[in-house]
Amino acid sequence: MPRRKGAPEVNAGSMADIAFLLLIFFLVTTTIETDAGLDRMLPPIDPPEDVEVVIKQKNIFTVNINKNGQLLVEDNLMQLRDLRKAAVAFLENNGDGSCNYCKGRKDATSSDNPEKAIISLKNDRETKYATYITVQNELVGAYNELRNREAQRLYGRDFTEMEAEYLNPETPSNVRDDLKDKVKRVQDMFPQKLSEAETTSN
Amino acid sequence: MSKFAKKKDGDLPAVSTASLPDIVFMLLFFFMTVTTMKDSSLLVENTLPNASETKKLEKKDRVIYIYVGKPTQEYEKVFGTEPKIQLNDKFASVEEVGSYILAERAKKPQELQNVLTTALKVDKNANMGLITDIKQELRKVNALKVNYTTYEGDAFNNLQ
Repeated sequence: MPRRKGAPEVNAGSMADIAFLLLIFFLVTTTIETDAGLDRMLPPIDPPEDVEVVIKQKNIFTVNINKNGQLLVEDNLMQLRDLRKAAVAFLENNGDGSCNYCKGRKDATSSDNPEKAIISLKNDRETKYATYITVQNELVGAYNELRNREAQRLYGRDFTEMEAEYLNPETPSNVRDDLKDKVKRVQDMFPQKLSEAETTSN
Repeated sequence: MSKFAKKKDGDLPAVSTASLPDIVFMLLFFFMTVTTMKDSSLLVENTLPNASETKKLEKKDRVIYIYVGKPTQEYEKVFGTEPKIQLNDKFASVEEVGSYILAERAKKPQELQNVLTTALKVDKNANMGLITDIKQELRKVNALKVNYTTYEGDAFNNLQ
């Protein structure tokens, strides 16, 4: 009769499998933290051509921020919370009636169409950065609100979501190609014209 | 007799260590994936403002960072309490921003040089004057794509 040695050894052969399982689990579930923020394009320092573009005053939506963080919108004092609504109303005003998807008031003294509407932002050197970001956020929010509405109508989903998916490098390229046209189309409906340089007017 | 022979005492079976490498590798891989390299230590206060309409900054290799804020306590004595610009690991003046961007751009591979974004990580208490100067410098070197890095949140929290 063979003599029994101490306790039998635990089979460690499957340990590697368990380890890999855990490894794969963490690989899939962890996301490396990415920064997020407001994307903006600065205007080029010298204009592409020296053609004087004349912009009608009614097509410019001026936003001034003073050093105390107060807003002067189209020469009227305004609360920050009302800015988004005012910007939306301005952008889709559709004064000349050429924009068939706008729901604006067609006010003759406000912008002609979203194509021509420009938001001009000026700030004081003493303005707090936080206030500036809030204003930027509201103005970008106004564009996103309108674009989301149109994207919902055309494609049944939000523009911001479509854009995020389009910009995500993990999206398969066939999906991205499909999204590209849609994103472009909605962007062109309400092109983002947010100027921070001096705008000539008459 | 042998049937009832006592096991030798004091002879514990050895725990198998065959799987130890696996465990170690697993931990290694885990930490490899979750750690992000911190390429510069912050010399300035950097509480970013909140915003809700943010876009993600994908692909870290296409981003150049500029930090702005007032110097942290240990540097307060030397550099004062006015907001300063931090490029890489040192304080810099506005005039140096342009050459910094050009130098960083030259370090990147050719095909990425046109798609770089400048991430402005600015403390919420900084003044716009400095930011305007930085933006002017960025325009001079044609680095037009900027991202005002923020935290996700309600933008109206900034005003308090």
